[in-house]
Amino acid sequence: MALDRELVGRSYPPSAVYEVGRAKIAEFATAIGAHDPVHHDVEAARAAGHPDVIAPPTFAIVVSLGAANVVLGDPGVSLDYSRVVHGEQRFAHHRPIRAGDRLVATTTIDAVRTVAGNDMLTTRVDLTTEDGEAVCTATSMLVARGTA
Amino acid sequence: MSRPALAEVAVGTELPEQVFRVTRADLVRYAGASGDFNPIHWNDRTATAVGLPGVIAHGMFTMALAGRAVTGWTGDPAALAEYHVRFGRPVVVPDDDEGAEVTVRGKVGAVLEDGRLRVDLTVTSDGEKVLSLARAIVRLA
Repeated sequence: MALDRELVGRSYPPSAVYEVGRAKIAEFATAIGAHDPVHHDVEAARAAGHPDVIAPPTFAIVVSLGAANVVLGDPGVSLDYSRVVHGEQRFAHHRPIRAGDRLVATTTIDAVRTVAGNDMLTTRVDLTTEDGEAVCTATSMLVARGTA
Repeated sequence: MSRPALAEVAVGTELPEQVFRVTRADLVRYAGASGDFNPIHWNDRTATAVGLPGVIAHGMFTMALAGRAVTGWTGDPAALAEYHVRFGRPVVVPDDDEGAEVTVRGKVGAVLEDGRLRVDLTVTSDGEKVLSLARAIVRLA
């Protein structure tokens, strides 16, 4: 079933606060083999000019993917999730995510397309601090194979 | 690793090639750390039932490895300002000790007006491109 073009521009209420912890950053960095001390050691991070340990660039997905689940729960979005694959991913960082950040995610549907029988849904997640400082914009394109 | 200075790089400057080995254990660890527990990344039955040749790596894991090739070159993970990939074909990870290999090559594709660099990456596994587009915008000190 093809996605409704009217969905473009639909925005969802801000997420609950995601508090970024040092242990989570270290766990994620270890999982991707990123051993730079700025991810693991507060003193090293401070020596490099950061207030606390910083997350690797793709860590934003941990927060943004959870937030974008709000789209999956939207009854107006008829996507067959058993057929969904991740087509494209983009991050625009205003500054690195760091331990102690209290992030709020706001999700918007940026684009809806159908190409060669595949539905393509692009969601944008704007991550800001609780106080409104822009931190990262994470844009994900999902493809539902052969559903349109 | 010594950091490249902006004055030392130009369009065409190549990044050192990086080869990453990816095993099932890496996928399990990444699943836990990222929260992406889709069974196609750890369960052969599920993977083959949806038409895949076998368990595949998370696209985001491949993206993270390619990102390491960039941040390893700049010497500063905070220098990666923008990062965009398009997932082409999956990285199939066999259930053995060798796993799969992901090779990342990169070169400076453009020097932007604000002095930032566009790095174009070529990411392959088993001789095939796994990311059909992979670009990073970095800021060198």
